[in-house]
Amino acid sequence: MLIDLPISELSEKLRSKTVTSVDIISECYDQIEAHESKLNSFITLVDRETAIAKAKAIDETIATHASPLAGIPYVMKDAYLTRGVRTTAASKILDSFIPPYSATVHRKLEEAGAILIGKMNMDAWGHGASTENTDYGPTKNPWDQERSAGGSGGGPAAAIAARFCSFGIGEDTGGSIRNPAAWNNISAMKVTYGRVSRYGAIAYASSLDTMGPTAKTAQDCAYVLETIAGVDPYDATSSPKPVPPYTKEIGASSKGKKIALPSEFFGDALDPEIKAAIMEAREVFESAGAEVTEVSLPLLEYGVPVYYILAPSETSSNLSRYDGVRYGGKRSLFTKENKRRIMTGTYALSSGYYDAYYKKAQKVRSLFISEYTKLLSQYDAILSPVTPIMPSKFGELLDDPMKNMMADLYTVTVNIVGLPSLSLPCGFGKTNLPIGMQLVGNMFSESTLFALGHTYQQKTDWHTRQPTLVSSK
Amino acid sequence: MNYEPVIGLEIHVELKTKSGMFCGCPADHFGKTPNTGTCPVCLGLPGALPIPNKKAVEWTIMLGLALGSTVSEVSKFDRKHYFYPDLPKGYQISQYDQPLCRGGKIETSQGTVRIHRVHLEEDTGKLQHAMVDGKKVTLVDFNRSGVPLVEIVTEADIHSADQAKEFLKKLHQIVRYLGISDADMEKGSMRLEPNISIRKVGETALPPYKVEVKNINSFRFAAMAIEYEIKRHATILESGSIPAQETRGWDEAKNATVSQRSKEEAADYRYFPEPDIPPLRFTRGYIEGIRQSMPLLPDERKQKIVKEFGLNEQQATVLIDDERKLNLFESTVLSNAVVSAGISGATVANWIINKVADYGVATTQQVAADIVESQKITVIDESELQNVLATVISSNDKAVADYKKGKQQSLMFLMGQVKRQIPKGNTQQILDALKAALDTQ
Amino acid sequence: MTKSDPLTTNDIDKIARLANLPLNEAQARELTEQVGVTVSYVSELQTLATDNVTETSQVTGMENVLREDEIDTTRMFSQEEALSNAKRTHNGFFVVDRVLEEK
Repeated sequence: MLIDLPISELSEKLRSKTVTSVDIISECYDQIEAHESKLNSFITLVDRETAIAKAKAIDETIATHASPLAGIPYVMKDAYLTRGVRTTAASKILDSFIPPYSATVHRKLEEAGAILIGKMNMDAWGHGASTENTDYGPTKNPWDQERSAGGSGGGPAAAIAARFCSFGIGEDTGGSIRNPAAWNNISAMKVTYGRVSRYGAIAYASSLDTMGPTAKTAQDCAYVLETIAGVDPYDATSSPKPVPPYTKEIGASSKGKKIALPSEFFGDALDPEIKAAIMEAREVFESAGAEVTEVSLPLLEYGVPVYYILAPSETSSNLSRYDGVRYGGKRSLFTKENKRRIMTGTYALSSGYYDAYYKKAQKVRSLFISEYTKLLSQYDAILSPVTPIMPSKFGELLDDPMKNMMADLYTVTVNIVGLPSLSLPCGFGKTNLPIGMQLVGNMFSESTLFALGHTYQQKTDWHTRQPTLVSSK
Repeated sequence: MNYEPVIGLEIHVELKTKSGMFCGCPADHFGKTPNTGTCPVCLGLPGALPIPNKKAVEWTIMLGLALGSTVSEVSKFDRKHYFYPDLPKGYQISQYDQPLCRGGKIETSQGTVRIHRVHLEEDTGKLQHAMVDGKKVTLVDFNRSGVPLVEIVTEADIHSADQAKEFLKKLHQIVRYLGISDADMEKGSMRLEPNISIRKVGETALPPYKVEVKNINSFRFAAMAIEYEIKRHATILESGSIPAQETRGWDEAKNATVSQRSKEEAADYRYFPEPDIPPLRFTRGYIEGIRQSMPLLPDERKQKIVKEFGLNEQQATVLIDDERKLNLFESTVLSNAVVSAGISGATVANWIINKVADYGVATTQQVAADIVESQKITVIDESELQNVLATVISSNDKAVADYKKGKQQSLMFLMGQVKRQIPKGNTQQILDALKAALDTQ
Repeated sequence: MTKSDPLTTNDIDKIARLANLPLNEAQARELTEQVGVTVSYVSELQTLATDNVTETSQVTGMENVLREDEIDTTRMFSQEEALSNAKRTHNGFFVVDRVLEEK
């Protein structure tokens, strides 16, 4: 399939006119028509004619489009405002909301000539790790439709795995882009906090939210990040640091790179199949010349409590604007899980409790920053699993608050500190369910992580596997 | 029983920046068509983010410096949460524990009034009650949402309605002289809420209650509301009870304060540091820079005109009462027309004080022309003058007699009679001639 | 504030009022338990010593991010755009049921 090709090759073919954008878009829509009903990954599917018309226009002017993303189909988690295209955050509250403005990331992609084909299913407001906490029905995992596609960005991940599009824009506050990548056998970059503008992205937890690319490979993610990263005058927390040419630097050798393997990640909570896959991955890195060393990250167990104070507190604040006056429906439409988080957050910020909860969590946050800074002063990256469990069956997480929280065990600490993390496919369980791993680096070290990931993906072929659904009729 | 009022004031001043506190919408909202000056940020749309206005920060620091406050080296914004239809985000971006300025004071004739803090925040939208399709509704306009607002809080150092009025006038004057706000109470660009309580004279502890009064839109009403409350509290205390801690509204029609529905529980604003805005840090150099570029304050400008134009204290005090008057004086006294006619500063001052009521709209050119015209020296024909003098003296026996008896006023009367015949005559020349003529009577 | 302090339905009612989330009895009971479980779990943080530690509110390390005082017409909405998603409007205003008291 055309859509199996990396962005770099698709772009070349478009420019040499061996393939047209219309060809690519048509193929995607055919796939969608054949298989979307089994997966429920879209909340809003852009009308086929509209997408084809855009593709045609790009084909006619392809020589004038400098960006390699021109003519390439993409989807966005439905947390990004897209002017004129319904945006819901997977909540009934915004069921009929048509944004009058676009997120900076969307604007950049449109200017590059990429073609938006859908707004994707997610856990409402970002609250969840399984795309079950949605008012639009759960998204099914293309590898096993009785299981969750992960969350909160299950929609974009399932769509990429099912070959509905080339790349997606996700969002990661506690694991929301990495977890679905691991459960769908695709790649994703949770960027450094501030690397990509948050303007126009529906806020979950303001000091933790990051906007990033997800696609089949690290290299594809690098192409997307080159386009969407950079300072934005409309986002005071966006970084003025220049954006490195990730796709040029991606060929850097892994020889001599130091990778840390913290023992706390490999305790009893971790599924043995996942552990085995990570250990295999370790050997791949070592064969590429990297040095992998066992270390300790003792604060790990405090990550979930810190996250489940900070995130609910900030979300209780960010969701206050949904009062039905200027847009949206009534607050009673929030789901049970949404209400749980809003209430927990309101409690943690309330008078008499602020010091013991929010302020305390902010202090432990400082401890995490010290611990990671120390570790990453000696190592180029930290290798760990993404989730402790294999893709869950429906109902397993949503009905169990503790289990739901613990699914984020390996991902939240990265958000707390603001570090980047690249999620990559690294194997399969015996029932053919995908397994993912993550490489965490220093602030603004996306280039190093892409290079390590690219090396890994040249020595392995996990990422090339497709769910059987894709080629079925 | 003698009671002493214990009053603190909370004043809000809308800054007249070009744009909003956190967005680029026009800050000028008064009288505009509803909801025509909004953007994702001030409308509180999903995904919008705030970026603070540099000028608003500078002007707040400048106000603090003018009040003698200490400018904080480190400052930040915080979210203040509550639900109300005019608050689009469900929280107001304000300042909690690290305000831009702390301390300061304004001297009044009844003592020093200390400033507790000066901080910066954003304004809310505006509400309007209406009937639509037979239903009672409230209409909301967000043009004002996001306009920069400075909040000034005093200590409870005010002890009378008059002192409150004096304090407010001085603060108003300072704000206008700095050029940071129109501070127009009628248009709402200056708002105030007194917190009032009373205690027995001699007691030093703060009273165990205080009443906040809202809906006051002039200094006069502020004084009236304070007087009303003082009496009301005294009556309650005399009866053995303590006035309820509550919020009341000033009712213009009733000339009284009215209880507003009291809240069941105290507001819990759940303040926490605004994560979307990095903190602010000011170097001493930066603060000094603001101090250097600060416009002169009322007293400084008074000293200046006394020194430069030879005015007396009284004239100068009247002129600085409104800086539009003062500006008109300064531009007129330095205008080409006035300077080339050799007219003194004192003359210009008197003219403006006595004869220019519309100093807000009068132009320098017109005023200068009028003064020059009035001072035109016309030399009168001597024989014409003697004729007029003879006529006036012979027609006013009584006045002449009174003058001879020593009544100076009669001289002025006779002067007036002469000037009626010769309006453009040189006053000094006429006076001398009249005196001489009267002496020969 | 410790593991042994459960949340009462009174607490939940108060929090629901602060959060402007209307709850029926069944929801209040369920949330009392579930929020209680979460709060109990996160209270584990109390065991970590943080006496001389300063809070981190922001990981960017940036300061003084300010904008010039300029009007930005590119972002401004027309009245129609501003009102476009509201359920109730009237003569250019947003409409809500009559609010009775001052905030």
